[in-house]
Amino acid sequence: MFDWRWAFVADILPRLLKATGNTVLAALLGYGIAAILGLVFALAQRTAIASVNRTVREVVEFIRSTPLVLQIFFVFYVGPQFGITLSPWAAGMIAIGLHYASYLSEVYRAGIEGVPKGQWEAALSLSLSPVRTYSRIIIPQAIPTAFAGMGNYFVGIFKDTPMLSVIGVAELMHTANAIGSEHYRFLEPYTLVGGIFLAISLPTAALLRRLEARIRRKMGLRPR
Amino acid sequence: MKEPVQKEYPRQLEGEKVPMVRFRDVTKRYGDLVVLDSLDLDVDEGEMVTIIGPSGSGKTTVLRMLMALEKINSGIIYVDGQPMTHMPKNGALTWADEKYLRRQRTNIGMCFQHFNLFPHMTALENCIEAPIQVLVLNKKAAVERAEGLLDMVGMLEKAGEHPSRLSGGQQQRVAIARALAMRPKVLLFDEVTSALDPEVIGEVTQVIRKLVNKHNLTMLMVTHQMGFAREISDRVCFFYDGKIEEQGPPEEIFGAPQSERTQQFLGAVLEAT
Ligand SMILES: Nc1ncnc2c1ncn2[C@@H]1O[C@H](COP(=O)(O)OP(=O)(O)O)[C@@H](O)[C@H]1O
Ligand SMILES: [Mg+2]
Repeated sequence: MFDWRWAFVADILPRLLKATGNTVLAALLGYGIAAILGLVFALAQRTAIASVNRTVREVVEFIRSTPLVLQIFFVFYVGPQFGITLSPWAAGMIAIGLHYASYLSEVYRAGIEGVPKGQWEAALSLSLSPVRTYSRIIIPQAIPTAFAGMGNYFVGIFKDTPMLSVIGVAELMHTANAIGSEHYRFLEPYTLVGGIFLAISLPTAALLRRLEARIRRKMGLRPR
Repeated sequence: MKEPVQKEYPRQLEGEKVPMVRFRDVTKRYGDLVVLDSLDLDVDEGEMVTIIGPSGSGKTTVLRMLMALEKINSGIIYVDGQPMTHMPKNGALTWADEKYLRRQRTNIGMCFQHFNLFPHMTALENCIEAPIQVLVLNKKAAVERAEGLLDMVGMLEKAGEHPSRLSGGQQQRVAIARALAMRPKVLLFDEVTSALDPEVIGEVTQVIRKLVNKHNLTMLMVTHQMGFAREISDRVCFFYDGKIEEQGPPEEIFGAPQSERTQQFLGAVLEAT
C-alpha cells in the first residue's frame, strides 16, 4: 500500500532542486519589489496630499481584500486585452510584488507610527529636512518594530510562490506537477516539495529571529 | 484653520534695540480652548527669562510656538528681528512655508523634558547629525565641535555610548550639547529636570549655569524649580491662563509678588517643597 520508491526519488530530485532555484529567485524578486513598493505605499499614505492619500489607501485595501491567485490570473490574462502582454515571470512578479507590498505597507506604517512624537519634534527642532528625518531618524527606528512582520511576510511570500504555477512559472510546484503527470506518480514529488519548503522555511525563520535581536542590539534597543 | 494676517506687522524689526525674541498678539487655540491669549513677550539678547506657572497655563506652548513645532492662529513672532511665523512675499508678510521655517529654526535650539535623543545613534552621532546635514559642516569639523560641547557638559567620556546606556541626567546633558552644536541664538528649556531623579538634577542645572556665565546666549526656560529660577534668571514671567499675569526680576516676583494669583501659586509651590 505505502509504496515509496527511492529510485524514483533519486531520479527526480535533481530536477526539483533546479526548480527550487526558481522558487527562491521568485521569492527574493517578489519580496524585493514588495519591500520597495510597500515603503512607497506607506509614505504615500502619510502625505498631506489628500487625493494621493485616499487613492493609495483604497488600492491597498482592494489588494488586501482579494485573493492572490486572482491577481496573478488578472495581470497575466487580462493584461493583454489592454495591450500589456507579459511573460509568466514578469506577470507573476508584478502580482506577487503588489500583493505583498500592500501587506508590507501596513507593517511599515505600524513601525513608523510606533516612533515617539518626540523624535519628530527633535528632528524638526534641528531643522532636518523631511527626507533626512525619514531616512536617518524615523525609518531606522521603525525597522526594529517592523522587522518581525517583515520577516513573517518573507516566509509568507516564499510559501505563496507555488501559486505562480497557475500561469506556468517553472518553480517547484509546477515542476512537481509536471513530473507527476509524466510518471503517474505524485507521492514522491509532492512529498519532496513539502520537504524542500520545510528545509528552507524553518532555518530562514530562525535566522530572521536572530537577525532581529541583533538589529535591536545594534540600535541600542532592548530585546523583545 | 489659520486666519488671514489681520494686522499690519513690520516686515522686520529695526532700530536701536531689537529684541532677540518678540511675540506680538500671539494666539494659539486647540479647538475652542485658547491656550495662548494674544501674548506679548520680548526677550533681549543674552537675557535668561524663566517661565513659571500652574500646569496647563501654556508654558510649554510658548516654547513650542517659538520653535515653530506648530503654527499659531494669529499674531506674529520675530527672532533676531526677522519674522519667524511669517515670511516676506511680494512686499508683504504671509504665513511662513516649511522651507522658510526650516531655515529660521536654525536660530533656535530646544531641550525637551524627555530629552528626545535619537536612540539608534551614539551621543556623538546625535551631536553631529544636524550640523553635517543642515549646516553642511564636514565631518571633522562637526566632530570637533561636538567633542568640545560634550566636554563642556562633562560627557566626552561617554561620546560613544547609545542613550539607552546613559542615565537621565547624562542624556539631558547630551541633548543640551546637541542643541548647542547648531550654534543657536536662542536656547529653549522645557522642564529639562522634571523627568530626572533628584540626585542628578544638579548635574543638569550646573550645565545651564555654565551657559549663563559663558555664552552670550538668549535663553527661555520653563521650570518648576523655583530656587533655581530665582538664582539664575534675569526675569521671571508668571503665566496664568495663557497670559503673562506678572513679570519682573526674580527678587520682585519671588520676594514681593503683586498679583494675588502669583502669591497663591508661589505659596502653594513653596509649601509643597
Ligand atoms: N496638541 C494639543 N491638543 C489639545 N490641547 C492641547 C494640546 N497641547 C496642549 N494642549 C492644552 O493646552 C493647554 C496648555 O498646555 P501646555 O502649554 O502644555 O501647558 P503647561 O506646559 O503650562 O503645563 C493645556 O490645557 C493642554 O491640555
Ligand atoms: Mg509643560
